Amino acid sequence: MCRNSAVKQLSGFLQTAGTAKKSSAISRGISFFVPWMLFFFGLVVIPLLYYTGLITIGTMNMLGRYMAFAIVAVGLDLIWGYTGILSLCQAFFFSLGGYAMGMYLAHHGGPEGIIDANGWKIPACLYVVYPYKVGEAPADALVPWFWKPFYTLPVTAILGLLLPGLAALAIGYFGFRSRVRGVYFAILTQAITVAGWLVFCMNNMKLCGTNGLTRFDRIAGFKLTNPNVKVSLYVITLLALIGVYFLCQHVVRSRVGCILIAIRDDEPTLRFSGYKPYIYKLFAFCLAGMIAGLGGMLYAPQMGIFTPTNMEASASILVVVWVAVGGRGALSGAILGALAVNLLYNFFTSEKNLWLVTWKAEYWQFVLGGLFIGVVLLFPGGLIDLWRRLVGNRNNDVMT
Amino acid sequence: MDQAQRTAEYKEYSPRESRLSEERYLLFLEDITAVFDGFKALDIEALGIEHNELRVIIGPNGAGKTTLCDVVSGKTRPTTGEVFFDGADITNQTEEEIALRGVGRKFQTPTVFDSLTTYENMELALPGHYRLWSNLFGSTTKDQEERILEILERVGLLGEMHREAKYLSHGQRQWLAISTLILSNPKLLLVDEPAAGLTDAETALTAELLFELKDDHTLIVIEHDMDFVRQLDSFVTVLNEGAIMAEGTMREVQQNEGVIEAYLGR
Repeated sequence: MCRNSAVKQLSGFLQTAGTAKKSSAISRGISFFVPWMLFFFGLVVIPLLYYTGLITIGTMNMLGRYMAFAIVAVGLDLIWGYTGILSLCQAFFFSLGGYAMGMYLAHHGGPEGIIDANGWKIPACLYVVYPYKVGEAPADALVPWFWKPFYTLPVTAILGLLLPGLAALAIGYFGFRSRVRGVYFAILTQAITVAGWLVFCMNNMKLCGTNGLTRFDRIAGFKLTNPNVKVSLYVITLLALIGVYFLCQHVVRSRVGCILIAIRDDEPTLRFSGYKPYIYKLFAFCLAGMIAGLGGMLYAPQMGIFTPTNMEASASILVVVWVAVGGRGALSGAILGALAVNLLYNFFTSEKNLWLVTWKAEYWQFVLGGLFIGVVLLFPGGLIDLWRRLVGNRNNDVMT
Repeated sequence: MDQAQRTAEYKEYSPRESRLSEERYLLFLEDITAVFDGFKALDIEALGIEHNELRVIIGPNGAGKTTLCDVVSGKTRPTTGEVFFDGADITNQTEEEIALRGVGRKFQTPTVFDSLTTYENMELALPGHYRLWSNLFGSTTKDQEERILEILERVGLLGEMHREAKYLSHGQRQWLAISTLILSNPKLLLVDEPAAGLTDAETALTAELLFELKDDHTLIVIEHDMDFVRQLDSFVTVLNEGAIMAEGTMREVQQNEGVIEAYLGR
């Protein structure tokens, strides 16, 4: 190649280099459509359907909960899809957030009247530990100290993010520093989730045992049963989901995103380039944990109850299924997967009279199992990849 | 000069003994052994690499060439002995600490990040961006971008800038790996088999690149390909069964009885 033409080519590239970064990010499959589709369907179509009476407030509430799940899925995609670390801890982080919010709601719920010696109202769901009638609480029956910070909403909101973040920091610090990797990290996080579940199931932990946190009544003074409050919670969850999406998008489009992918591809080489991979893994893991906590906080008031079933081992695996079905390594895929799988769940767990047989809710497990196997076998890139393949050739994307 | 004399000369400049060591040698290995399950993979009494030197290390299969690189870059801890780099003892430091001190490495197989584009691979190699914060909010400056494009142009990868590295050919991957190494601007480059699997024309360009680097870097090149070593025309260290067998120019080494025997067998 002649020297001159090479220089021309070079200067041509110099001018387009600014756009280089963006187009490569698109090629990685971050579609612009999903957040706008969420805005459009979530904030226009669904409310319109509700106010015209085509869907009930119950459906809207359900969609709100599924969006809380989608938030968790986006977090998992960051740590699993991009960084390649399979975390089976997400349900635990989700529950830490959920319990934080649940304790706040329990403080302000239930029947009035059971006041302890220090003047704190004992949350009604603690009746297993404090089985007293109104006005009969003895002097040593006090609201546990760890319930007290969750009395106000702002402190609850901060703790609901901070606690899962700190839990992730502790797990990640020891795990990543000692270079626990791959399936071992998955097993470690799984074990922690099970341990957490056992602890939260214990009655004498004063976290309401297997019954969970119940009898929610008001949030920030508003009745949870009020349809307008439900609509507001739905809108807040939707906005939080979009916010989390853009936050994670910033992360994956920054150089940190490249480093996370580099960790997934070849961690040892990254170390020889002078990076400390564990710092970046820790960052992604903590961020994913906090995002899961946020999901839990938004889920609790919409569900109206928060029990340890939310942190069962299977709950964490479900999050993995959402992301796998949607397409890992694409944030929009995580959202798509979480919503799609949960809508399918909703559809297939209602009893239906088919021609000859009755569809039973238990059959859902087969659908879920089939879905997971089908995705892994037939389209490992998930829904988002399928969609991308239908819309356009992937290689063309890369070239532009 | 036979090898015993050379070793004695190295020893005179041991960082333990001499303050002059740092001035003369960028890298100094002393009494290094690496033992795996009783097998002595490396047994080097003394080896020094001077500043701005291009040193070629050759040797038959299993001679310990790659293990030597592993020990220097921190991937393997030596069983005994010390590694000094730029006046500091780096024997027990981690890979990233050693990398930050200025040791860059290209592996035998070209290690690039498959899911990242050529340009992104280069961006990650930019020096001084190891902190989380600067990677989260910082962006590549115009100067850095120009530097990246300059190197990519030199190796003919400009057209592949936005392709993911997994779509590159073997030769292109080799060059990308070398390019990232050049960009990161280390004091010492460990280049493990840069010519493996390359065509003759590609090999010639690689030799040219390495020679250019010699001006302001120190290089250790490990190579199998004797033609390539001849092209580099540098001081050669021959390893055999973990120990230094001979050192000298390519011509001297080729005439060494022991070397001929080790390469060709009895």
